[in-house]
Amino acid sequence: MSLTADDVNKIAHLARLGIDDQDMGSYTKDLSGMLELMARMGELDTSGVEPMAHPLDQVQRLRPDVVTETNQRDHFQAIAPKVEDGLYLVPKVIE
Amino acid sequence: MHTKSISQLAHSLRAREFSSVELTQHFLQRIKRHQDLNAYITVTEELALAQAKAADARLAAGDAPVLTGLPIAQKDIFCTLGVKTSCGSKMLDNFIAPYNAAVVEKLNAAGAVLLGKLNMDEFAMGSSNETSYYGVVKNPWDTSAVPGGSSGGSAAAVAARLAVCATGTDTGGSIRQPAAFCGITGLKPTYGRVSRYGMIAYASSLDQGGPMARSAEDAAILLQTMAGFDEKDSTSVDQPVPDYSAGLDKPLAGLKVGLPKEFFGEGLSADVAQVLLAAIDEYRKLGAQVTDISMPNLKLAIPAYYVIAPAECSANLSRFDGVRFGYRCENPADLTDLYTRSRGEAFGKEVKRRILMGTYALSAGYYDAYYIKAQKVRRLISEDFKKALAEVDVIMGPVTPTTAFGIGEKIGDPISMYLADIYTIAINLAGVPAMSVPVGFSNGKPVGLQIIGHHFAEDRLLNVAHQYQQVTDWHQQAPDI
Repeated sequence: MSLTADDVNKIAHLARLGIDDQDMGSYTKDLSGMLELMARMGELDTSGVEPMAHPLDQVQRLRPDVVTETNQRDHFQAIAPKVEDGLYLVPKVIE
Repeated sequence: MHTKSISQLAHSLRAREFSSVELTQHFLQRIKRHQDLNAYITVTEELALAQAKAADARLAAGDAPVLTGLPIAQKDIFCTLGVKTSCGSKMLDNFIAPYNAAVVEKLNAAGAVLLGKLNMDEFAMGSSNETSYYGVVKNPWDTSAVPGGSSGGSAAAVAARLAVCATGTDTGGSIRQPAAFCGITGLKPTYGRVSRYGMIAYASSLDQGGPMARSAEDAAILLQTMAGFDEKDSTSVDQPVPDYSAGLDKPLAGLKVGLPKEFFGEGLSADVAQVLLAAIDEYRKLGAQVTDISMPNLKLAIPAYYVIAPAECSANLSRFDGVRFGYRCENPADLTDLYTRSRGEAFGKEVKRRILMGTYALSAGYYDAYYIKAQKVRRLISEDFKKALAEVDVIMGPVTPTTAFGIGEKIGDPISMYLADIYTIAINLAGVPAMSVPVGFSNGKPVGLQIIGHHFAEDRLLNVAHQYQQVTDWHQQAPDI
């Protein structure tokens, strides 16, 4: 199966990923090539096989619901692109 | 000084032949002299000298762990408090990590000296180090060739003796393939053996950190410090860590070695095959019983991997949004523009390709056809390993189909680059440990033998590699630079 530039644009939007127009052709070609590669999985009958999400089939370990982290807001915000009064600044979302 | 092993250096420091400060200065000078290899993204000279001074004091006081005062380097995927941690990306070019990765904490506690942060493919996505924002690393054996990737800086630095040893990470071969291309010893541990806390995530069900060193003996010492349960990593496995050095000397008589026929068929270059078969003969002389085995589902490892890894990558990399840290575009028009342009301007082409692929595979209507199908294939591949390892102690095969390819040779054709990972990827899907051990050369470029074992059998792999290194000297050969 192959993708069109329209498809790639839609996927890029889902991922909030800017793609230069000039690169669209190569992404379309590469992604179509990858899909072709993936189609090979169709050769294998996997009916009745349990999907494997974890290589050791472990389940998520849980911990007691107690606070373990200390507040490090200033420390973490020191590397933020834009902050004010302890808040992260982004362009206005609601007029 | 830079040719000595970890235990030799530890002995020299204790015998006061030289100090850690002198040793560190020596390595810093070597790094400067070989800057053209581009192995380091950041050299932490001041920090290294301060750590070396502290190490000398600790050595003088006695009771210092074996790595105390030894200059090592970290792949730039491990967060280092107060030091730029770029992950090879423009996205994190301005990122000063606010905390230490578990692996960094452990090496600091062990008294190791941090020389700097090593170059890598952007977000560990690549097999040649050519996707790094900081430029390609050169292979010290042939500077027109790639060092492999994604831990290309780590492999080049260890091979060129620009660090005693280094850390790497392996999602689809990123420790073993560069180790093979640069003629060093690299070990990808069992999934969950080394904490992923503070190790920037690419594909969380596959990522695993491990040691890159000059010998199995050195790798055992480094892994000893890196391994262990960490409650801060929810996928860390709570299993005791054996004494890796203690098991190295076990004789190999009776060792059962399996050679999957799928690893030695079409696609493996004849020169590499010849070197590997000579190494396997050496194992026969050491008493190993070699048998042919078959793992029929291995051929589907690449398609399954290129669904699962990009799917996990697209989720993991959604955190890079230009809001809380990392790159932000100039003058965003609105929030969507901020996200879209920050990510579009700061991610390189390979990263974008994988985010797009993963987003597609996880999107409505395709999830079952791609993601669930890939997870089912993953189980069948994993069962191939289970069956094989019920019959033999270790599986041996190639790490790569060829020796290191030329810089620029494959970067224009991503699919052919993916296909070259054929021998390493299945191991990550199954979560088993595997090593690359240098076993010879072809046209002056190193060849690596892959040794694969049971879950948590790192001690056995190191033992199997070490016994070979007792009767050969490939691991001691260094590039003439």
